[in-house]
Amino acid sequence: MKQVIALTVNGDTYDLLVSPNQTLLEVLREKLGLMGTKRGCDLGACGACTVLMDGEAVLSCLLLAVDAAGKEIVTIEGLAEEGELHPLQKSFIEHGGLQCGFCTPGLIMTAKAVLDEDPHPTEESVKRKIAGNLCRCTGYKKVTEAIMSAADRMEGRE
Amino acid sequence: MEKELNVVGQRLPMVDAAAKVTGAAQFADDLMFPGMLYGKILRSPFPQAKILNVDVSKAARLPGVKGVMTGQDIPDRQYGIVPKAHDEYALAKDKVRYIGDEVAAVCAIDLEIAEEAVDLIEVEYEELPAVFDPREAIKEGAPIIHEGVANNTSFAIRKEFGDVEKGFAESDLVSEDTFYSQPVNHAPMEPHAAVGQYDQLTGQVTVWSSTQIPFFLRRNLSATLKIPESKVRVIKPKVGGGFGQKIDMYAKDFCAAWFARKTGRPVKFVYERDEVFIVTRQRHPMYLTVKTGMTKDGKILAQKFLAHADGGGYNSTAPTMIALSCFFLMVPYHVPNLLYEGYHVYTNKPVGGAMRGHGIPQARFAVERQLDLMSERFHLDSAEVRFKNSIKAGEPHPGGFVINSCGFAESVQEAAKAIGWKEKRGKLPFGRGVGLGGASFPSGVTNMSHISSGAVVQVGRDAGINVLSGAADIGQGAETVIAQIVAEELGVSIDNIRVTAADTGTTPLDPGTFGSGVTVRAGNAARIAAQSVKSKLFECIADELEANPLDLVAKEGKIFVKGSPEINIPFPKALKIYQYRDLPMPIVGRASWMADTKEPTTLFKEPGNFSPSYSFMTQAAEVEVDTTTGKVKVIKMVTAHDCGRPINPMLVEGQLEGSICGGMGQALYEDVIVEEGQVMNPQFVDYGFPTALEVPEMDTVDIETDDPVGPFGAKEAGEGTQLSPAPAIVNAIYDAIGVNFNELPVTPEKILKALEDRKKEQKA
Repeated sequence: MKQVIALTVNGDTYDLLVSPNQTLLEVLREKLGLMGTKRGCDLGACGACTVLMDGEAVLSCLLLAVDAAGKEIVTIEGLAEEGELHPLQKSFIEHGGLQCGFCTPGLIMTAKAVLDEDPHPTEESVKRKIAGNLCRCTGYKKVTEAIMSAADRMEGRE
Repeated sequence: MEKELNVVGQRLPMVDAAAKVTGAAQFADDLMFPGMLYGKILRSPFPQAKILNVDVSKAARLPGVKGVMTGQDIPDRQYGIVPKAHDEYALAKDKVRYIGDEVAAVCAIDLEIAEEAVDLIEVEYEELPAVFDPREAIKEGAPIIHEGVANNTSFAIRKEFGDVEKGFAESDLVSEDTFYSQPVNHAPMEPHAAVGQYDQLTGQVTVWSSTQIPFFLRRNLSATLKIPESKVRVIKPKVGGGFGQKIDMYAKDFCAAWFARKTGRPVKFVYERDEVFIVTRQRHPMYLTVKTGMTKDGKILAQKFLAHADGGGYNSTAPTMIALSCFFLMVPYHVPNLLYEGYHVYTNKPVGGAMRGHGIPQARFAVERQLDLMSERFHLDSAEVRFKNSIKAGEPHPGGFVINSCGFAESVQEAAKAIGWKEKRGKLPFGRGVGLGGASFPSGVTNMSHISSGAVVQVGRDAGINVLSGAADIGQGAETVIAQIVAEELGVSIDNIRVTAADTGTTPLDPGTFGSGVTVRAGNAARIAAQSVKSKLFECIADELEANPLDLVAKEGKIFVKGSPEINIPFPKALKIYQYRDLPMPIVGRASWMADTKEPTTLFKEPGNFSPSYSFMTQAAEVEVDTTTGKVKVIKMVTAHDCGRPINPMLVEGQLEGSICGGMGQALYEDVIVEEGQVMNPQFVDYGFPTALEVPEMDTVDIETDDPVGPFGAKEAGEGTQLSPAPAIVNAIYDAIGVNFNELPVTPEKILKALEDRKKEQKA
């Protein structure tokens, strides 16, 4: 039985008719057209679909849309504020922390959760926390550098 | 003082980086069209079977289904990426050759209905005996996979350069060893996808595809759909990595186009992750026997190879892969006498194809391992052996390669120095070790006119510069490199450049991304087109500077006489002058470029010069082996890479680091496990994909040479580095625990077993 849910994404609330078996990933992409959240495996193994739910990084391919009702969802499209890129986004650009860009939205959302929880992470802890986000292009080095540099940048801003 | 180069050589972000970090970058699966249908493919559950009957009636009757097709519906046109090796139908006609082979396809108003419809198709098969090992498949009496292909050997070469028997006779030291390199999946993060659209008024089919080869895909679609190339338009959106896997046409491309034409509606196919693992391509598993003869001080005199590549059910790039694995044995070492016998053998398994390195990494694993084995046996220093045998620029290559620039010897020294070879090799505590591996790779392919690139550079009234290029950026940064080259030539900032790329309907011909030729080929085309624009502009404004147009330069947004930057005309003002003189706008420069060579070759029949230039590299590894768990931790990897002059050092580093990580996966973790034709681990959770946790400290040493062919001296940078991390790591494992592994990957189980076996031997 389909049901109507109120889903809050990037600050806006949508009333949506969804099937109980529809994942948040499907709803974000197909109903809301938020294509920045990627489908890499549909099994929770690659991290490309990572979004924030009430501030925590979650895999939207493993989460049912009905379970996201009433929560605050933030996707990659919601990260920049008033046209100003988030420090993580700037840092990924400047440090070459991306190549093909397919895993990038998921990595940045995970990194956002990591830095929100711990603004001064060690490189080791960053590596541990992004280990669920797979990237075939970069070898992760510049990704880690980008996250460490964003941490510094955010500290300077605050 | 004017700087020699202002944009080329800079660590600039990718031109599409902002789109990629904001979620705005559109990949094929991100495209949505009104009325779009969703496709799904029915696949064979058997490794080998005859298709007796396909009944689609129930599927076709399911509400919401808009089309069903089988192999019987499509033209009798086989395809493949190498023209002489066509052996595949988009959907199997009468026989399936591996588990996952395409049998039928449906399209429906949503994906759920399409999935349900696929399950309603009833196929009657007659199971046939299957064969899974190329060494069995090649024998008389083995099950035949393709009618008319004797011994399942679709491609074989036997090449002798020099006099191998004489070389062995003159050798002081001769060793023969066998090696095995496993199947590895490219595993790009973006699953393959295609969207087809049909214009009933013009009869044009448009396909948006996750492809590395838009123009070859157009050619294959045209041939298999039986419509002219001019009626097929292929557009490459952002592509989420390829590594060679996206250089073939797949059923999803053909079926999206076919259904779009049949239904008049847009149709999307997206592969699941297990389809990416099973039904696309993988690195060929290869069995190698290598015999090497050398003098007692380590000079290689002769080598003899026997290679069996496990091709799986179809050819894909078979002839090229085997030829590359042969000819690249004569670089980076000077091998005066070589005998190579190589076979591409069909089996009832997933299909092998081009993967980063393309046939060469398997051979390099064997050679680089054997150099270490022989150095150990005959008490030589393997770094010195590598250095001593280095090929040099200008030195004759037995296979006809012309080596214009070569930094290999230096790369051996630099990599050895950076890993601490002298202090560490054989001297670290038990469980720690260092190892080396060398390699060389082409920068594209010479010779064939369909391996040419075009470019159009167009300057508008506001000094905005639009570059049309057919180059396929799949995440490596091709568009950025092209923008840097054009900006440098025109003396403007990269911000002035917009690259429109890879749309067969609007951009000039380009073969696509393979063979590491994009920077050299498409870069040269863009550079010459920009030079043409520049000379038109110089011609017009030279009198304003009271100079000869040939004496002018364009730098940092200004045009001036070389050596006198203080008297200059800013670029926008120069454009104004051009317009006020009533010269035609826009200023357009065009170029077509192909690598020119005196003795070109495809390598299939005769030797010759395969590539306009060759890159050279040495990898060095330091590892730590946990003898209780058998786990190997790679502590540090050094790559010393001669990629000519890097256009963008940050992108080059990114390429090298990604390649190291992939090579590490091949050495230690990754293996497509196949039992009786069934892939047992077609998901990331079971596969062994390297994560951030496994990544070692990575040190990239740039060995700069100035190549005469590449734009601004650039050569290959993305692919060669993946050739030798695996042997470097396995050589380091030997140094750490004294055990030789000649089969990949070196898993903890293998290490524990080897240590256990050695304990038993010592007791005995």
